[in-house]
Amino acid sequence: MTAFRHDVAVVGAGPAGMAAATAAAELGLDTVLFDEQPAPGGQIYRNVEANRDAGSGLAGLLGDDYGRGRRLAEAFRAGSATYAPGTSVWEIEPDGTVGTLHDGRAALVRARRIVIAAGAMERPVPIAGWTLPGVMTAGAAQTLLKSADAIPDGPVVLAGSGPLHYLVAWQLVSAGAEVCAILDTTPRANTRAALAQLPGALGQLAQIRKGRRWIAGIRAAGVRFVRHVSALAAVGTERLAAVDYEADGRKERIETPLLLLHQGVVPNNQLADSIDCARRWDDVQACWHTQADAWGATSVDTVAVAGDCAGIGGALAAEHRGRLAGIDAAARLGKIDAGTRDRLSREPLAALRRLAGLRRFLDTLYAPAATFLSPRDEVVVCRCEGVTAGDLREVAAHGCMGPNQAKAFTRAGMGPCQGRMCGLTVANVIAGARGRPVADIGAFRVRPPLKPLTVGQLADLEGVGRDIASLDAMPTRPGDGAGDGAGETA
Amino acid sequence: MTIGDVLIIGGGLHGCSAALHLARRGLKPVILERDWPGRHASGVNAGGVRTLLRDPAEIPLALAARRMWHAIGELVDDDCGYKTVGQVAIAENDAEYDRLKARAGTVRQLGFDHEELIDRAALRSMVPSLARHCVGGLAVREDGFASPYHTSLAFRRKALALGARLFEGAEAERIDRVGENWRIEAGARTFEAPVLVNAAGAWAGEWAARLGDTVSFRHILPMMMVSERVPPLVEPVVIASGRPLSLKQMPNGTVIMGGGYLGFGDLRTGRNRTDFNGLQKSAATVAELFPALRGARIVRSWAGFEGRMADDIPVIGPSAAAPDAFHAFGFSGHGFQLAPIVGRILADLIATGETDLPIRPFSANRFAA
Amino acid sequence: MFRKRRDADRQRVRIVFDGRTIEAEAGATVAAALLCNGVVAFRDPVVSGTSRGPHCMIGACFECLVEIDGTPGQQACLVPVREGMSIGRQAPLPAVAP
Repeated sequence: MTAFRHDVAVVGAGPAGMAAATAAAELGLDTVLFDEQPAPGGQIYRNVEANRDAGSGLAGLLGDDYGRGRRLAEAFRAGSATYAPGTSVWEIEPDGTVGTLHDGRAALVRARRIVIAAGAMERPVPIAGWTLPGVMTAGAAQTLLKSADAIPDGPVVLAGSGPLHYLVAWQLVSAGAEVCAILDTTPRANTRAALAQLPGALGQLAQIRKGRRWIAGIRAAGVRFVRHVSALAAVGTERLAAVDYEADGRKERIETPLLLLHQGVVPNNQLADSIDCARRWDDVQACWHTQADAWGATSVDTVAVAGDCAGIGGALAAEHRGRLAGIDAAARLGKIDAGTRDRLSREPLAALRRLAGLRRFLDTLYAPAATFLSPRDEVVVCRCEGVTAGDLREVAAHGCMGPNQAKAFTRAGMGPCQGRMCGLTVANVIAGARGRPVADIGAFRVRPPLKPLTVGQLADLEGVGRDIASLDAMPTRPGDGAGDGAGETA
Repeated sequence: MTIGDVLIIGGGLHGCSAALHLARRGLKPVILERDWPGRHASGVNAGGVRTLLRDPAEIPLALAARRMWHAIGELVDDDCGYKTVGQVAIAENDAEYDRLKARAGTVRQLGFDHEELIDRAALRSMVPSLARHCVGGLAVREDGFASPYHTSLAFRRKALALGARLFEGAEAERIDRVGENWRIEAGARTFEAPVLVNAAGAWAGEWAARLGDTVSFRHILPMMMVSERVPPLVEPVVIASGRPLSLKQMPNGTVIMGGGYLGFGDLRTGRNRTDFNGLQKSAATVAELFPALRGARIVRSWAGFEGRMADDIPVIGPSAAAPDAFHAFGFSGHGFQLAPIVGRILADLIATGETDLPIRPFSANRFAA
Repeated sequence: MFRKRRDADRQRVRIVFDGRTIEAEAGATVAAALLCNGVVAFRDPVVSGTSRGPHCMIGACFECLVEIDGTPGQQACLVPVREGMSIGRQAPLPAVAP
């Protein structure tokens, strides 16, 4: 078995990962942080160290919240945690093994505790034509702004709902992009439902006002802002040519080479799912949450989750959740006692309580319309394998019970993205077709490698430490002491 | 209470095949499945349809099964994704080639002629992408592969169409002999029938023990991995003869690699994991034997629960200890191909008390000291 | 499709896409570099339908796969450009030579 090389391995360098690694290292743990990006920040604070130059105007555009990420990155860099950028994590195991890929070389390393801080991804928005080149996500445009200081070079339409939708719209308008229209798909009914959650969010009024300010800014710039949009479709043959939609009972078309979609973000919970961490379906966020205690400890006792990957809480909450996971790791590995853990945890726990009310309000207000969860028959759900919602409904009618059987029936979820882009939709569509709650339908079983690894990279895998049984070599005589060793859970 | 003619524990391929053949004979089988059909070995195995390198005892059954595979549509109204692409066991050196040659001689002496010894040139023309060091092989050109999950579904569908009943999520908890009947309790449900079939796969050892049969059984989790779609590279199923490997390319271009190392699993929960310490060895073998596959990306790995006997051949036939109980389990990693014929054998035994195939080597009491 | 908001004084590198030499800012990802040079469709479809181009830009969707210096299946949104890098549009079934 591979020897322990670290006390804690943190996966992801967003706010949760940086805070977890910083806290763990500060409390005396040998900590390593693996991250796919070349620099710390995650998606929310992407390229935060480079975008400090106020003169470019980019820092202003990205706002004060972005500045908070700079301080996190500074603290992380100043600490003693080992930083491994440009490193994909393609598997983890309950015994603390982490499979990494850096510069084309794969390795297994082992830590006593794993903190998954894999963040969020935008909820895939399955609409007709969304596989056309020129249809991207709002987050993709923001990534280009943050990492390359680039904006759309021509007309652009944004369609969707949620804080990031308005923020990116405001940023693109402010940066001088030619924004033809903002199509707002927030269902009418959401506003009334959200009002009931407003009292809980009043403590965070500044955050709510920020959103109103972005929308006001967009309108002040004279950009078309269309509310209660439905029947959204991307149109084109070789690439996107136009966007179709309905509003106020009228069918409309806007010609554009670029459409940015957004329907909120969902947890990147593949790593936790891959080792069967217990999870539950969250009806309000319409996604799975990894079950965890206040410190992020999961049902797998060597593994914690921190930040949005366990359930969407936002960047501020992620930072506190990361810090708690780092503190808890120190307590579990004997660097601090329980009393110290509780004392250090008081402040982040209180901060999280303050943020919870705002989250419920935002989740309710920007809950996606039903059509984005379970689209019409002709819409492609699995982009990799070209499987439509109609294909899934057809196999459900023929006895397909859930996402895992749907894989075998249709190949949905079996392409290179490994179900990241279709998992939630497949579950929703089958749940609808069978008249059952999504919670009962389940989700794709996630199978490593979580990032494709070539045969050659796996053949040259470093850090292989355990000699394992083969079908040919395994002794099978009864009572030979081999017992059921190979058959038991590791 | 649900009453039938035969209670079948296990809705995998073997349970459904038995149900299909029983229903064809006009009997009313009832299948109890703890998860869903094809959840474990039946649905996630490598799909090899192989008569090549069978244990001599299995050869008559495998050849009979092969005739059924070649007309699988007539049996289940579905092609099961079956393709006759051939299977070849390769020798990487002279010593391995000599062993294959001796094997070919043994098989011929037994009166079979399905295995064909091929030299370096013939191997090259059969598998041009194979590494140059391979010296020859043993091939069966009439072998092939099928799609395991589709096959499981097709057998299930046909069995149900013929009148079999299937209860999913029905984990048998208690079994009793009540008068002339077997009674099984699964959750709130009770099932009764005069005849019992144990086709419980990795869980079959427990059932054999409950029926009083002493068998040398364990569960194993063979691992597999699959690549992204790549251009056509390998036509037949290729197995290594000197080290663990089985490799095939599906019609959609993906390459399935397995046949070797074992993962971990928990019989109680049904959960399992792959082990990259073993998959690394498989990948190293693939990279050496198929240099062109070094750059192919692996997108998924998995393992499936399977039953394995100490002598690597299954238990097929009546229980040695209990009346009116029959077994079909312990296929030891190569039961997929046998499923069509083993279901027929069970149906023959149950309906007539005899079968025309030699099943003595698979008796349940062969492990008794 | 995209353009630099302003010309930064960062170092520039030259890369080749399908035989065409283009300039990119050092540190940019391959996907950003291509999008800023008018390339929208990165690869042919695997199953059916139209070409595909970058969608999520964070490594989740695997739509931006390209061949880089002879190695197919690279996520253009994750790989930074390097001077002299040769990038090719990916065929439906990428060759698998090592």
